[in-house]
Amino acid sequence: MAITSKDVRHVAALARLSPTDEDVELYTGQLQRILAHVEKISELDTEGVEPITTTAPVSGRMREDVVIKGLMNEDALKNSPLSARDSFKVPKIIE
Amino acid sequence: MNYEPVIGLEVHVQLKTESKLFCGCSTKYGAGPNSQVCPVCLGMPGVLPVLNRRAVEYAVMMGLATGSRINHESVFARKNYFYPDLPKGYQISQYEEPLVEDGHMDIEVDAATKRIGITRIHMEEDAGKLNHGATAEEAGSSFVDLNRTCVPLIEIVSEPDIRTPDEASAYLKAIHDIVVYLGISDGNMDEGSFRCDANVSVRPVGQEEFGTRTEMKNINSFKFVKDAISYEIDRQIEAIEDGEKIVQETRLWDSQRGVTVSMRSKEEAHDYRYFPEPDLMPLVVTEEMISDLKDSLPELPAAKKVRFIEEYNLPPYDAGVLTSERPLADYYEETVKLAGDAKVASNWIMGELLRLLNEENRSIEDCPVGPEALTELIGMIKKGAISNKVGKDVFEEMYKSKKSAEAVVKEKGLTQISDTGELSGAIDKVLSANPDEVERFRGGETKLMGFFVGQTMKATRGQGNPGLINKLLKEKLGG
Repeated sequence: MAITSKDVRHVAALARLSPTDEDVELYTGQLQRILAHVEKISELDTEGVEPITTTAPVSGRMREDVVIKGLMNEDALKNSPLSARDSFKVPKIIE
Repeated sequence: MNYEPVIGLEVHVQLKTESKLFCGCSTKYGAGPNSQVCPVCLGMPGVLPVLNRRAVEYAVMMGLATGSRINHESVFARKNYFYPDLPKGYQISQYEEPLVEDGHMDIEVDAATKRIGITRIHMEEDAGKLNHGATAEEAGSSFVDLNRTCVPLIEIVSEPDIRTPDEASAYLKAIHDIVVYLGISDGNMDEGSFRCDANVSVRPVGQEEFGTRTEMKNINSFKFVKDAISYEIDRQIEAIEDGEKIVQETRLWDSQRGVTVSMRSKEEAHDYRYFPEPDLMPLVVTEEMISDLKDSLPELPAAKKVRFIEEYNLPPYDAGVLTSERPLADYYEETVKLAGDAKVASNWIMGELLRLLNEENRSIEDCPVGPEALTELIGMIKKGAISNKVGKDVFEEMYKSKKSAEAVVKEKGLTQISDTGELSGAIDKVLSANPDEVERFRGGETKLMGFFVGQTMKATRGQGNPGLINKLLKEKLGG
């Protein structure tokens, strides 16, 4: 699959990034090479092979439903660039 | 041209766990902003989610209650989008391999039963909450509260089997009844524990393929789901007849104005780039776990209704009302057990009790008159200590004052007069005050009996024993 500068711009927009034209050109080339490599791998015949979602042994590790005290409000907000009203403050989100 | 609506619902149910889906933070509603958060649900770098076992059990229970297939292995996936209520930049959900698939829910509309297919039930975490600046100073800001992030949800996705707004409402109600019956959610719609998205399209009757659909988000009442869908059906039909094209989009139900409005702002974001969540192992649910949960399932509303009809000989309508909520059904069964009379218990609950509760919009759980107190009242009527009519007043007083039936009767001097001498005197007075009627009765106008009974009841302030009055009147008038 060939990747185009349009794809790069779309993915960048989804990630809220605004790359320059040079960036887009650079990334398009880089991503093309990465995908070409993946394409090479996909030449392998994987018929009848179960897809692997994790390399760790599958185990049903779960936790019990018990409350554990988390962070104090001021600690939770400590690294936030802006905060007020015990909350993270962000530019207004228009619904 | 005639059009047929095609409707599918996605119902989001908050599971009633103590802690969140992937961390130990409390899920309690109403706490101060960002007071129930930790590095995991804040999306700090380097943290790992660990799945809450109870949430999985609750999701499996819902699967079992809807006759669905429980997948022994399912996979969590990342749904990627940027929004300030989502600190990680993705929501952990399930996509290609959900926990539950292929179920159904039977609903009743216009006395007919209809089966609505359930495509899937998957687990996911909730997002945070945005509060918008109210004052002039704060007008340019939003305030993010992440207490709700990572709270466990199940999303129940129906097949597009629903055809009318009434069916949609009945389906939503049936799902609600079941999650509350199972005790897996508090079903509180005002607090957002139970909400749905509705997908609506219309097509000419007879056409196979579906029309273009729109999706309405976050509907949180049985009435709104009906209103929103009705509006949307009309809007789409009108647009098609005017030669317009329906745009596939997300719309919002504005309950104040009674219209749906387009939410264009979210359109571009519909590319979620799902992929398997690398931080979580596939979810494995063993046959043993499923069969244990199966054994623990309570009797569900539909089965209970059938049993009430058979066991207590109730009309289907009464059985339906009495089984609509588990606490009400329990209240009824407790009363039957104590009072030993299924029909009388049903009459009291369906009549006086629900009338008073509904007047105040109160739930059966905080009904001031419990099954024991009601049984005492029923007992007094059976014994003939008070009449059924007086019993209703006594009940209302018990409801208001929380006093026992006996206390109310004593206080108000309401004991039924079953003393032959006293009643006989009252009857004599009635007969001598109404000589014309006595004459007509003796001349064959026997329906005047009711009049004499009424007059005597009035004279005894409703406390005369009606059976005894009847008997005495017959003796006196016949003689």
